[in-house]
Amino acid sequence: MTAQPTERHLQPVPPGDNNDRGGKAQPLLIVQNLQKYFPIRGGVLNRKVAEVKAVDDVSFSVMKGETLGIVGESGCGKSTLARLLMHLMPRDKGTLVFDGDPVDEPHGITLRELRRNMQMVFQDSYSSLNPRLPVVDSIAYGPTVHGVATSEAKIKARGLLEKVGLRPDLFGGRYPHELSGGQKQRVNIARALALDPRMLILDEAVSALDKSVEAQVLNLLGYLKRHLNLTYIFISHDLHVVQYISDRVLVMYLGQVVEIGPVDRIYNAPKHPYTRALLQSALEIDPEHRIETPPLVGDPPNPINPPSGCRFRTRCPYAEAICERETPKLGKAAENPAEHVAACHITNPVAGHSMAGRTLQSLPVEASAPRALAAAL
Amino acid sequence: MADTNNPTPPKRPLVEVRDLNVNFVSREATVRAVNGVSFDVMPGEVLCIIGESGSGKSVTMRSLMQLHPKKRTRITGSMRVGDHDIMALSDKEMNAVRGRVISMVFQEPMTALDPVYTIGDQIAETVMRHEGVSKAAAMERALELMQMVKVPSPERRLKAYPHELSGGLRQRAMMAVALSCRPALLLADEPTTALDATVQIQVLIVLRKLQEQFGMGVIFVTHDLGVAAQIADKVAVMYAGRIIEYGSVKDVLLKPKHPYTLGLMASTVHGQNRDQDIDAIPGSPPDMRFLAPGCSFAPRCKLAQPECLASFPEPNDHGNGHMSRCFRTAATTPAMEMGIA
Ligand SMILES: Nc1ncnc2c1ncn2[C@@H]1O[C@H](COP(=O)(O)OP(=O)(O)OP(=O)(O)O)[C@@H](O)[C@H]1O
Ligand SMILES: Nc1ncnc2c1ncn2[C@@H]1O[C@H](COP(=O)(O)OP(=O)(O)OP(=O)(O)O)[C@@H](O)[C@H]1O
Ligand code: SF4
Ligand SMILES: [Mg+2]
Ligand SMILES: [Mg+2]
Repeated sequence: MTAQPTERHLQPVPPGDNNDRGGKAQPLLIVQNLQKYFPIRGGVLNRKVAEVKAVDDVSFSVMKGETLGIVGESGCGKSTLARLLMHLMPRDKGTLVFDGDPVDEPHGITLRELRRNMQMVFQDSYSSLNPRLPVVDSIAYGPTVHGVATSEAKIKARGLLEKVGLRPDLFGGRYPHELSGGQKQRVNIARALALDPRMLILDEAVSALDKSVEAQVLNLLGYLKRHLNLTYIFISHDLHVVQYISDRVLVMYLGQVVEIGPVDRIYNAPKHPYTRALLQSALEIDPEHRIETPPLVGDPPNPINPPSGCRFRTRCPYAEAICERETPKLGKAAENPAEHVAACHITNPVAGHSMAGRTLQSLPVEASAPRALAAAL
Repeated sequence: MADTNNPTPPKRPLVEVRDLNVNFVSREATVRAVNGVSFDVMPGEVLCIIGESGSGKSVTMRSLMQLHPKKRTRITGSMRVGDHDIMALSDKEMNAVRGRVISMVFQEPMTALDPVYTIGDQIAETVMRHEGVSKAAAMERALELMQMVKVPSPERRLKAYPHELSGGLRQRAMMAVALSCRPALLLADEPTTALDATVQIQVLIVLRKLQEQFGMGVIFVTHDLGVAAQIADKVAVMYAGRIIEYGSVKDVLLKPKHPYTLGLMASTVHGQNRDQDIDAIPGSPPDMRFLAPGCSFAPRCKLAQPECLASFPEPNDHGNGHMSRCFRTAATTPAMEMGIA
């Protein structure tokens, strides 16, 4: 019924994608200094009384054909970042460059072109499909808006259902409420693929699914990526899933990128104290190795009034005076996709942190924790 | 927990559920949510019920508190908690048992906490209602409870309203309310599912410590195998309204026997080789309105044979209280070694 599509449906794309404009080494997406603050209004005049720094000076790039995983605690700005990339909300600042072309600027590509090339799949598979349309029509809708004839769009939609492992004759005419969660998420993926995008942003796209169904959808994503030359941004709070699917990983904390690098280097030797604590909090399926002391105490601070300097300092075991005074930066190296960098004073030999230059692995897990904890409260 | 060489006679279970069946009846259909579930929980023991969405985990647990809509629910079997025969309790008696003998924490604490009262007032109110102590004494107890569940700055948080707390703190405040009368049995329905990994582990560690300290029995529902590995003494795996595997946490998670448990382990992403597909279970769970006879997992099972569709398998005894219900148990052991190692 929901069997994996077999390899004969699709042939691998020949090397040298027709759509490739900038060349192989040109990142598919470059994000520079992206910022989004949400105003908080209050008082009798409904004036802006504060702001949530949801995405604050975020820069990174996504290489062609890779999967970039994004992790971080709830509220750290992952979904806001995804929406900004999709231009689903206006940004305060920042530039986006898609395959060498600036987006929505005089000499660049238009928003319409960007949207064709970049599609998004959300967690909430229920609300994102029109309940009154058979799913084949939902999938065909995007192409018809972009000028494809209805009959042609439907043929394409049926082909896409096939690709995501749903038999069009059985499933095409069904309404969303007649599908299981996993089937709905397959339809969402098919719909996102309808305009032949080059990049998919998957925001918690498998999080609501049961494990057995999640595995099917992850396999499907791998299959589609291999055969359609896709690039993924994969947002998830499941650290095991991110490790499995990603080539590189970006770690966010309170609206900022705190670490980015190749997946194995991040998982084997994290450089930021937050990343280490986050990874240590992931539970293993092994009752013989239980976690006895929590890797991190407290909850993330309020994003309305983030701590000065390093935003992690209120929970960090190594926080020192410098961490309160100065904001650690990722630095220029972050633009190089082969680099593994973290925004922590410890990683900077000249920042003035007493442990500067040492690797995290050589430091005690609990340093001056009580002081950091006191500051957090 | 249970030491087989221990000469002293085993304690009486805190919870005894026998042949529980729960059907939800409506004009259109009957949902057969729970189909002959039996289990025990010893005092001071944590039983985790794991299984996919719709497998009947919450319905099983909610039955112990009579939380189903009376009119539409057909429920048979027996349930005992402490000295209480749950099926025989009147509404009034059940109310007295709730909170004092059995209490419950949910995934979404906002449904359990009253938004118009401070956390402190809610805990104190529960303590006063059940123990008849003064307001001052109840408030002191509330502070103690907030310290116990490791809420930072507990004095300040007692004066806070639920919406003023983060998700993790709210979850801990709900635990404080649930523990306020030292229940013998705590029912926890996915209490950490909505939390971040860093906060989830804090809550699990606190819960485990308190459970040991109070000698409290816990039934913990989760679909996360990692959570079960972290907190359970015993694990029951449910599929389509039945317990298809049961045993100590080590037996079930390290030596699983049922093809569904094996499939669940294999399809849960935990460090698999990135270059290979995950060994996913094909298909999806059955519709609980139209359950076929036989093993409900048969349509998705690699090892299924015609006999699997004929009747529901009797329990296989794997020793040490480890049980599975599968006709093909002889075939699972080599399959397991290939699938998991
Ligand atoms: N439209 C909005 N107006 C005001 N604040 C917002 C808005 N959208 C998001 N926020 C705030 O911005 C911050 C970042 O939210 P975002 O949804 O991006 O987080 P997230 O990392 O996706 O979290 P989760 O893991 O829970 O999905 C949060 O503090 C959130 O409350
Ligand atoms: N009040 C009700 N009326 C009708 N059907 C119900 C009712 N409550 C639960 N069900 C059905 O009973 C079955 C078992 O549901 P239950 O809530 O126990 O699943 P679960 O294992 O807890 O799943 P989840 O992991 O999604 O919470 C489902 O098919 C559900 O739709
Ligand atoms: S050491 Fe300082 S800069 Fe590094 S994470 Fe801790 S607080 Fe931030
Ligand atoms: Mg989000
Ligand atoms: Mg449930």
